Formats: sequence, C-alpha cells, structure tokens
Amino acid sequence: MQNLINAADLLFRYDVMFTIVVTSFFGLFVGAMPGLTATMATALLVPFTFFMEPVPAIAAIVTATAMAIFSGDIPGALLRIPGTPASAAYVDEAYAMTLKGQADQALGAGLVFSAIGGLFGTAVLIWAAPALAEVALKFSSFEYFWLSCLGLTCAVLIATDRPLKGLIALCIGLLIACVGVNNPAGYQRFTFGVSDLLGGISFIPVLIGMFAVPEVLRSATDHGRGARIAQVRIDSVFRHMGRYAWKYKLGIVRGSTIGTLIGALPGAGADIAAWVTYAVSKKFSKESEKFGTGHIEGIIESGSANNAALAGAWVPAMVFGIPGDSITAIAIGVLYMKGLNPGPTLFINKPDAVYAIFMVFVLANLLMIPMGWIAIKSAKQILRVPKEILMPFILLNCIVGAYAIDNTVFGVTLMLFFGIIAFAMEENDFPVGPAILGLVLGPLVEENFIKSLIKSDGQLLQFFDRPIAGSLGVVTLAIWLLPPAFLLWRRWKR
Amino acid sequence: MFRRNLLGIASAAAVASVMGLAAPAIAAYPDRPITLIVPWAAGGGTDAVARIFGILMEKELKQPVNVVNRTGGSGVVGHQAIAEAKPDGYTIGLITVEINMMHWQGLTKLTWQDYTSLALVNADPAGLQVDVKSPYKDAKSLLAAVKANPGKFKASGTGQGGIWHLALAGMLQDQKIDPATVPWVPSQGAAPGLQDLVAGGVDIVTCSLPEARALIDAGKVKSLAVMDAQRNGALKDIPTLKEAIGSNWTTAAWRGMAGPKGLPKDVADKLTAAFDKAYKSKEYKDFMDQRGFGMIWGNQAEFAKFMDKSNKDLGAVMKAVGLAK
Repeated sequence: MQNLINAADLLFRYDVMFTIVVTSFFGLFVGAMPGLTATMATALLVPFTFFMEPVPAIAAIVTATAMAIFSGDIPGALLRIPGTPASAAYVDEAYAMTLKGQADQALGAGLVFSAIGGLFGTAVLIWAAPALAEVALKFSSFEYFWLSCLGLTCAVLIATDRPLKGLIALCIGLLIACVGVNNPAGYQRFTFGVSDLLGGISFIPVLIGMFAVPEVLRSATDHGRGARIAQVRIDSVFRHMGRYAWKYKLGIVRGSTIGTLIGALPGAGADIAAWVTYAVSKKFSKESEKFGTGHIEGIIESGSANNAALAGAWVPAMVFGIPGDSITAIAIGVLYMKGLNPGPTLFINKPDAVYAIFMVFVLANLLMIPMGWIAIKSAKQILRVPKEILMPFILLNCIVGAYAIDNTVFGVTLMLFFGIIAFAMEENDFPVGPAILGLVLGPLVEENFIKSLIKSDGQLLQFFDRPIAGSLGVVTLAIWLLPPAFLLWRRWKR
Repeated sequence: MFRRNLLGIASAAAVASVMGLAAPAIAAYPDRPITLIVPWAAGGGTDAVARIFGILMEKELKQPVNVVNRTGGSGVVGHQAIAEAKPDGYTIGLITVEINMMHWQGLTKLTWQDYTSLALVNADPAGLQVDVKSPYKDAKSLLAAVKANPGKFKASGTGQGGIWHLALAGMLQDQKIDPATVPWVPSQGAAPGLQDLVAGGVDIVTCSLPEARALIDAGKVKSLAVMDAQRNGALKDIPTLKEAIGSNWTTAAWRGMAGPKGLPKDVADKLTAAFDKAYKSKEYKDFMDQRGFGMIWGNQAEFAKFMDKSNKDLGAVMKAVGLAK
C-alpha cells in the first residue's frame, strides 16, 4: 500500500502530467502519419528521455506508443493507408465501413476497444508478469517455427471465400520476404547486385503501396467509384459502443488475451497479434460471411488485440530484459539509462517506480478516449475534401511515408512498384492481406526453421521433441491436413 | 572622376563585404546543421550512442546535429552513405565493427580505409555465457567438454558471420579447437540468442556483457569469461579469458566517429576536438555507465591503427571459419 502511495506521488506531478499530455499528441500524430510507426515514435523520444526523471521518461514512451497504435487506425479507415503496421490486418474492413458511410463507427470501435484491450494487457502485466515471462522464456526456435506456421494459416482464413487465391497471394508475400541478405545463412538472394536490396524489401513502403496506391489508381481509372466516399457526420463516435461491447464480449476477451500473449512472446508484436486475432475472429464468428464487407466484429477484436500486445510486450522486457517487440527493445535501453535495470529484482528494489509505470499504462489507456475523440473529429474533415484533391494528396502522403522510414528514395520506388502489383492483384480478385501477412511471417518461419535444423543436426523428428513444440506441431498439422483428408474421405465414400 | 571613384570604392566595398562574409564561412565551420548517419536501426545501442553524441556535439559546435538512421543491407547501406558523402564535414557517421567484416564476406568493397577516422568512442568485449543450470562452472571445463564432444554444443548471439560468431570462432581457433566443433545458430541479435539459451535451445552465447546483464542479474545466465585484456568495471567477478584459460584472444564490438575519405584537416580536427569534449563530459560517462557500455578513447591516428588491427584479426578468423570470400 505504501508503495502505491509512493508511486502515486511519483506520478501525479505537474511535469509528469505535462509529459503525458504532450506525448499523447505526439503519439497520435506519429501513428496517424503513414510511414511513421510506433517504434519510430519511441526512437524519436529517446534523446528527450536523456534529460527526464525515470517515471516521466517511461511514461512518455508508454503514452506515445499506445496513442500511435490506436491512431494508426485513422488513416487506415479514412484513406486505406495503415498508419502503423499494427492496423494493416483490418484496414480493408475499416475502409469498407467508411465507404458505407460508417467511418465514425469504425473509428469509434477502434478507439474504445483499443483502450479496453490496452487496459486488459495492463492488468495481465500487473498481476501475471513474472509467471508469464517464465513461460515466454521457454519458447525456443522449435516453438516459434510452429507458431509462425499457424500464423500462415491465417492467410487462408482471412480469404475463406477464395482460399486458393489467398494462398497464392500469401506465396507472393513469402517470395518478397526472400529478398536480401538478412536470411539465416547470410546469403544474397534476388539482390541483383543492388545494394539497396541487400537489406531486403523494406516492409513499410510495401505496406503503404499495396493498400493505398491501388485505391488511388482505381479512382483515376474509374470516375464513379471513388466518389462513393460518403459524407457522414462524426458526432456519434461513441454511439452503439456499449451494445457492441456486450454483443462481442467474447471476442473482446479472446482478442485481448491472444494479443497479450503474442505481445509477451519475444519476436512477435502488435502487428502479428492483429492479423491472428482478425483471422480467429472471422473463423469463430456467427456472421463470418460479413467479414470484408465492412463488418465491425473483426475491428473490435483485433483493435483490442494490438493494444493489448503493446502492454504484453513489457512482460519479458521488465522481468528479463528480453524485448517482447521492437518498441520494448528500445525502451529497455531507456530503463537501463534511468537505473531501472530490468530483472525480477526491479520489482523488489524499485516497487514504487514499477507501480508508477503500471499506473502510467492505465492512465494512458484512459486518456486515449478523449484524445482519440479529438483526433477522430479533426481527421474526419479529410472526407469533405473532393476526391480530385484527396487522391493526389494521398499519393503525396504515401511518397513521404515511404521515404521517411529509411530516409531513402528507394523506398518510394518500392512503394510505387508494389502499389502497381497490388492494383493488378486486386483487379483480378486476389486479396492483398495474405501477401502482407506472408511478408511479416516469412522471415520468422524461415529463420526458426533453419535454426531448429541446425540445433537438431537436421533431424526433423526433433521438431516434436519438446513438449510445447510437439503439441503445437500436432495442432498445426491437424489444422492443415484434416480438412482436405475429410474432403477426400467423403468423396471416396460417395 | 570623383563619381567613378565613388563607384569604385562602393564596388570595392561590396567585394570586400562579400569576401568578408565568405572568409569566416570557411574558418567558422560548421555554419549549418550536421548530419550524423547511423548504419543501424533507431533504438539500438549504436543509435543510442549516436544520439547522445549528437546532443553533446550540438552544445560544442553550436549547430543542430541530425541523427539519421540509414539501415539495411546488414549495415552496408549506412556505411556506404557515410563513405560516399561529400567530404565537407556536414555529413559524418558512427561506423561500427562490421566495416571490418563486410568486405571479407564480399558484401561490399568498402574498408576502413575509405573513411577519415575521427574518434573511437566505445568498445564492448565479448563474453562467454552459459545457462545458469549448465554443469560447466568455468571456461576451462566448458572448452574441454566442447573439445571432447564435437557438434554437441550449439552457440548463438548474432547472425551468421556476425561479430559474436567470430568471437567464438577466434577463441576456439586460439585453443586449437576446430571452429566447426560448435555449430552456430544464427539469431537476430543478442537478446533472441540469450532467450534461446534460457529456453534450452542453445548451449553457449558469446554476446557482450551489457547485453547479457539483465539475465545475469536475474540469475538465469552466467558468464564464464570476458574476452578482453581487463575485467568489466560493473561485473568485476567475471575473469578475463587470459585468467580463465590463458588465452590472449580478445574481441570487441566497437563504434567510432568517421567521415568520408579526404575530410579537410581543419574540419577533422575541429570535429575530433568536439568529440573529445563530449567523450569527457559527465553526461556521456553517466550514459555509458548506466547502459553498461565500455568506454574507450582513440584519436584520429589511434582509431585508424585500432581499425587496422581489428581488420586483420577478423580477416584471419573469417578465413579460418570459411566466411571470407
């Protein structure tokens, strides 16, 4: 109790509150700008944290990232440009809602359930951090291999109405992920001697290009369609949210739980959490046929998952100094610099600071509601802009975003190239989502497969040797092989 | 006549004023913002060192310093951007040990000689870490077991051919053990490698001590030796490799400030002086101590000599392991 009072004393000060408010605006801005990610928001904050007290320094990072992950939904819903990779999973869904004139509902759901997911993840962080971190540390490359294989399955789940085209799109994504020298053997693949390609195809320019550019191209080729962006009032952001929360309570709990767990696993972050929960939501929904047409259920579940993952990532970071995602990888450095060395002893030596950090999580997620509301209200004005002006503006934004991520013009080339590929794919009814998922998961699958092979001296049976890996492997193979087996069996009987 | 004179005086004055403006502009380097290129991603250790230096340089040079991350190509892209910049002192960078490794692998033609060395600012020696539950209590017994069971022990800590891979290979070679005895499991850096160590996936991780410190403190990992001439200031009970097994092998990941080749001497000297001040500042020392990063200073000539030695050492190991092309 005394610790709580001390923590509150550390937190509720003018300078800390000021930091939190300023960084929330910063986070909202960075998240809403395509090409600027929550990870980049953290990196940009680091030089400022040099001169801050420990608690406001951490508060700045926690607040900015929570806001950024939410506000990535805003350009996603309004312009079909995911503001951060974590919004990519449901950007089509949210944009479809905007086209139906339900932008306020899509963004309201993103906002409210981001906050709920974030609070759920925080609760787990507070009460289960040491135990959960122990579990997360038990995962080696064998477990990760099976998990990333399960993740690949999501690609087909997302595109249930046309699984074969989903599979092909996934393979395109996997193929793109092969480029570069960042593979386990350090071997140059598909680089054609171009040093820009050595590092592989940069993810963010592809993400921006594949979602936003086809939309711009379509509006240029087909005058009727682009004009359909409906003019809607924005005064009802929170309407129906209570009803949704009740109707989809199971999905919210499921999304937040999966999100927190994926966040807590080192190596997988908010973006993968959003993909997996979106697919799970579709799989178990009573109305899965509505997914992709502007149905709010998936947005609610994966919107809560990506913010839950954010808190989950702090679990191994605080307990063992092992980052749960790219954001905490940076934050750990700040923890060290501020004398809050991660480790189980942190909870014993500096309980007041730890409690203060927990309170920051709660505060940031609560503050997200009013701040997000302001952001939605102001961003929504963009839909009043006539299409002829809006579309070039979107393209300009894409160019800036693609340039900003690595500060290189090559990013712009990539963005335009993959934009045209995605246009061709979508015109022929191939979904873009699975390609993006392949790009995210491809390196994970490959790396963990090779690592496991080296460890087991090339024996495939060892992939089932460890208890967790074995169970995951059996589940994965069952999901992959049982449906076709049943199909064959039924056909054979007839 | 008078009029012409007036005109002459006026034009002379104009010329003089232009020259007057121009002359100090050369003398008063820097007169516009400086770009500091980091070849690695925002948020990593190199980035953190560059950013604290950026702030301290601003104070010293009275010009804004923009830290720019040019990532990609396992560091090639950023290192290339530094080497190919205009040698005017307005684009410099923080180069890392990889500059002495990439050219052996055939990833680039760049070597340390393509830069104007300015200052060596940091070096972190490799450590020899095992799981705390490992039966091996010291480096000697571990290496004996490694020698007796070729292929049984797996090691990790960075990508294939990365600096910690070479640290291990060099140590084994120094002990007359074939480096292939311990297969390397590539990982995306020290943290995933350490996690794999704790999860029981690998047996040895040869990352630096600051990288392993959280897990050492948490009682999950133990460090048997540090591959340096002296012990680490923060973790004094870990012996050096020399003390543990009598080997002279040392490896460190280092970082240093450099500009493109052919930087004018006065500009280079001014920068080195600014780095010297920044290096000696309390802020830098506090920052490095908190992060557990190793401090080491080398001026222009010392840094060049240091890189020359590092380049030869690493080249020899990479040839032995078969990583060099």
